[in-house]
Amino acid sequence: MVWKIFLFILLAFVSIAGIAFPIVPVPHTWYEFPLIPGLKENAKIIFFHVPTAWLSVIAFLMNTIYSIQYLRKKDLDDDAKSYAAAQLGIIFCILATVTGAVWARFAWGSFWSWDPRQTSIFALLLIYGAWFALRSSIESEEKRATLSAVYAIIAFLTVPFFVFIMPRIMSGLHPGSADDTNSGPVIDFKMNANMQLIFFLSLIGFTILYFWMWNLGYRSILLKNKINKQSLKE
Amino acid sequence: MNSKAYALYKKDINSELRTRYAVNSLVMFIIVAISVILFSIGNEKITQSLTAGLFWVVIFFSAMSGLSRAFVAEEERGTSLTLHLIASPSTVFSGKLLFNLILVFCMNTIVAVLFSILFEAFIIRNFALFAVSFILGNTGLAIASTIIAAIISKAGAKGTLYPVLSFPILLPLILTCVQLTLLSNQGADFIEAKFELAIVICYDVIMLTGSYMLFDFVWKD
Repeated sequence: MVWKIFLFILLAFVSIAGIAFPIVPVPHTWYEFPLIPGLKENAKIIFFHVPTAWLSVIAFLMNTIYSIQYLRKKDLDDDAKSYAAAQLGIIFCILATVTGAVWARFAWGSFWSWDPRQTSIFALLLIYGAWFALRSSIESEEKRATLSAVYAIIAFLTVPFFVFIMPRIMSGLHPGSADDTNSGPVIDFKMNANMQLIFFLSLIGFTILYFWMWNLGYRSILLKNKINKQSLKE
Repeated sequence: MNSKAYALYKKDINSELRTRYAVNSLVMFIIVAISVILFSIGNEKITQSLTAGLFWVVIFFSAMSGLSRAFVAEEERGTSLTLHLIASPSTVFSGKLLFNLILVFCMNTIVAVLFSILFEAFIIRNFALFAVSFILGNTGLAIASTIIAAIISKAGAKGTLYPVLSFPILLPLILTCVQLTLLSNQGADFIEAKFELAIVICYDVIMLTGSYMLFDFVWKD
């Protein structure tokens, strides 16, 4: 119970701080953010957009880990865990895409411009979509678990190309890409200490929220399976 | 193991030559796809980058229409149980991969020849670079589509699902290969294309290792 209150306070603080703290050219007090050239007020999205993008990748990672776990032990509980992770993953992936597109409208002038980062988040969306399409096409429980686990692992093998290689060798508009001169590696240099603090607090808060939601999600799937089995027996 | 994989490949080739189903439909598919593109272009002059993209669009969709045959045919004819008895999973995968590799290379050579005849902007200025990227790209395409075909065949041979599942997996390969084709059409050196070539090599190695490790799980029911 204590950590739920803690999480509530943390996320409330991050939301208020992220939205309300002013951006000034030279910060004097602890609640003022520095002005990042080329980003200006748009920079504030980092507190909400980056955690959702980070969680969509984390969810995909957990989906893969439990898929490997399933293939090793053939325990259907692991399948439920990977399914719950993917359900959350697709939600956060859509959130990251939408918040990114809205931000791009104001920072770059158009909602979508096939920046490498946009391409990679789009590919992640496609992977999630294909994964759910594959699952819905198979009747047998074990077969569905095995095949979707195999597909999740194969899809995960392509993630390094999208997340780490493509954005760095292709030129792009996104802050942090290869030829990004105006708003550089945002996290290292352009943010001051309190902006970094709030950014990492937001990341931590959203990650805890994710694990809580994931825990609820997979336990409800397990209970649903149990009820189904009991009703079959009767 | 190698001789068995080769025997499997021979069997696939023989049964293919008997009916010529995949070859005929693939060649017709390529011709139809290219003529649709030519009709829609009309008299417009299209750029080199667009031509390189269209080249890989045709390759992707022809691969999607033909490459699932290798495994789906086994399931349709009910011969996959016999394969279970006579060969280990990795042997089956090697045989099927060899067959798909040959099919992909024949198909894409036709596409490349037709493109260089029919499209003005498609002139290969650095042939060595084109050949290397063509071989690496086709290998990656064959590997990824073979393992996805295996998944599809076990999922009840859903035809529409095949491109849906393959596209995200093939996307990094296709994006890089479009870039490589463009570079070779512009007559770039190997030095300029070294990043792209490295990506394609990494992709091939990762996919090959991954599919050999995972095929056991797909194949064994």
